[in-house]
Amino acid sequence: MRANTWAGRNKVEVRDVPDPSILNRRDAIVKVTSTAICGSDLHLVDGYVPTMQDGDVLGHEFMGEVVEVGAGVDPGRLRVGDRVVVPFPIACGACAACAAELWSCCENSNPNAGIAEKMFGHPVAGIFGYSHLTGGFAGGQSEYVRVPFADVGPLKIESDLTDEQVLFLSDILPTGYMGAEMCDIQPSDVVAVWGAGPVGQFAMDSARLLGAATVIAIDKEPYRLRMAEEAGHTTINFEEVDVRSRLLELTGGRGPDKCIDAVGMEASHGSAHLHAYDRVKQAVRSETERPHALRQAILSCRSGGIVSVIGVYGGFLDKFPSGAWMNRSLTLRTGQCHVQRYMTPLLRHIENGELDPTRVITHTLPLQDAARGFDLFKNKQDGCEKVVLKP
Amino acid sequence: MDLLATTTIRRPVSDVYAFWRRLENLPTFMAHLQEVRSTGDRTTHWTASAPFDRSVEWDAEITDEVPDERIGWRSTGDADVPNTGKVWFVPAPDGVSTEVHVLLVYDIPGGKLGEAVARYFGEEPHQQLDDDLRRLKQVLETGEVVRSDGAPWGKRARKEFPQRPAQPLSSDEIAKGEAA
Ligand SMILES: NC(=O)c1ccc[n+]([C@@H]2O[C@H](COP(=O)([O-])OP(=O)(O)OC[C@H]3O[C@@H](n4cnc5c(N)ncnc54)[C@H](O)[C@@H]3O)[C@@H](O)[C@H]2O)c1
Ligand SMILES: [Zn+2]
Ligand SMILES: [Zn+2]
Repeated sequence: MRANTWAGRNKVEVRDVPDPSILNRRDAIVKVTSTAICGSDLHLVDGYVPTMQDGDVLGHEFMGEVVEVGAGVDPGRLRVGDRVVVPFPIACGACAACAAELWSCCENSNPNAGIAEKMFGHPVAGIFGYSHLTGGFAGGQSEYVRVPFADVGPLKIESDLTDEQVLFLSDILPTGYMGAEMCDIQPSDVVAVWGAGPVGQFAMDSARLLGAATVIAIDKEPYRLRMAEEAGHTTINFEEVDVRSRLLELTGGRGPDKCIDAVGMEASHGSAHLHAYDRVKQAVRSETERPHALRQAILSCRSGGIVSVIGVYGGFLDKFPSGAWMNRSLTLRTGQCHVQRYMTPLLRHIENGELDPTRVITHTLPLQDAARGFDLFKNKQDGCEKVVLKP
Repeated sequence: MDLLATTTIRRPVSDVYAFWRRLENLPTFMAHLQEVRSTGDRTTHWTASAPFDRSVEWDAEITDEVPDERIGWRSTGDADVPNTGKVWFVPAPDGVSTEVHVLLVYDIPGGKLGEAVARYFGEEPHQQLDDDLRRLKQVLETGEVVRSDGAPWGKRARKEFPQRPAQPLSSDEIAKGEAA
């Protein structure tokens, strides 16, 4: 089959690879009908996540049709022919983390748990197409994909919603929603969201759905800010104005009650000086993050507020504003999304028309053109917000 | 050499105890064991992989056994690497899980064999036992050892780093891997 693979730093390549087969009794094989490129894929391609190998199949956002199930999959739960959206964290459904609905911390789904434990202190769940640290699972930017624990994660789509309407239940819609949910939003809240990428856009929509009074989008790409504005959110371009001062103006000097970091480890900075500091440290790997958005969110947040982090970090960061965090009673919440928790309720919101995930799709390309898709998405070319690939 | 490791498994003590008490089950999750065969009520014959594609064998007997609490065993006769083991089971505070604590003691001989054994366990010998217990947890909680494209062979995962790419296996590769 054809699959999009990691071919070294800054390079992806669609290659011929073997078709997947059942390796565990509870596996299924899914024929992919739609898949997408995510900001998390950029961290892999840019070389900021260790343990990638040449030939790794990428992709953790995908859906399709079940074409084979292992002997251990209960036919009452999943059968050949079912149309499914697959959540990106692989989770067993039986361990203590799964029982607590902390699906992305599943204790059993990562065969390389020993390596993850070395980096993170405790292991993390397996993730499709997301380095060997999270298990070495082939991803879904491919014609077919093996789905472990297929009786636990996949969500069956039984209505006639289009792929485009439900595909993002695999990751970015739940992720954005979890970012907003972690904010414990109150009706009077001003919620500021750093990053107007697809994840940020869904965090904004979710914050409004959860009742925020005002939602503010912060980014530097005018077309992405325009997209947020068209969805009814207030915008700040961090290359044009000082973010903290503008946030104070917009909130009567209080600062946003809740702040969401939907940027992660590859943030860019208005101040060339600080950016250079982190860039150099990151390049020599003595710091793994460029945490400008996170620092700014912590410094901007109202005292007693919540900073919710859904942008991905991978290692260690410098100049963490611990003084602001501690002395102003801020709460920091974060996590890889526990996607399985949110899929069914968010499907209802899509069916009711309260959320429209299709609004972020700007490009639909054949899988064969994955490299072009990565280029457009990474370099913000041609108004690119979200790329859907069709195998 | 003493190796101590522990894990928590979301199954009642009686299940975890019963699984371990059937010592024949140990090779499903312990990387170095090829086979444990019952030879009597309290006696077993063990086969383990050793360096240079050799295997070592020894007899063992259960020395201590308190149902749902603990099991102890030791090698008997003139084992190449005399060893003892004990495992004890403690109900976890959540009321549904079991803490498993394992202590393995190897009496590593001098000379070439001792060196080979030391090399086999590598610089972080406890890691192997940690991985063994992770797989025990997988087997008891999910039914089997979890495989990925990068680490398709369960017990052999640790030895195969750097791994094959996270890319589906060809049927040849699967056949070869299953035979190995
Ligand atoms: N927690 C999870 O489970 C999860 C799931 C999916 C994605 N993510 C992460 O979410 C983040 C965003 O994903 P995406 O797909 O939207 O990626 P993206 O790259 O499209 O979006 C990031 C946006 O942040 C903007 N940005 C850069 N520096 C900034 C700064 N200093 N302040 C404000 N904005 C800044 C960029 O211009 C870009 O528009 C990534 O880190 C991704 O890995 C996390
Ligand atoms: Zn993603
Ligand atoms: Zn689990």
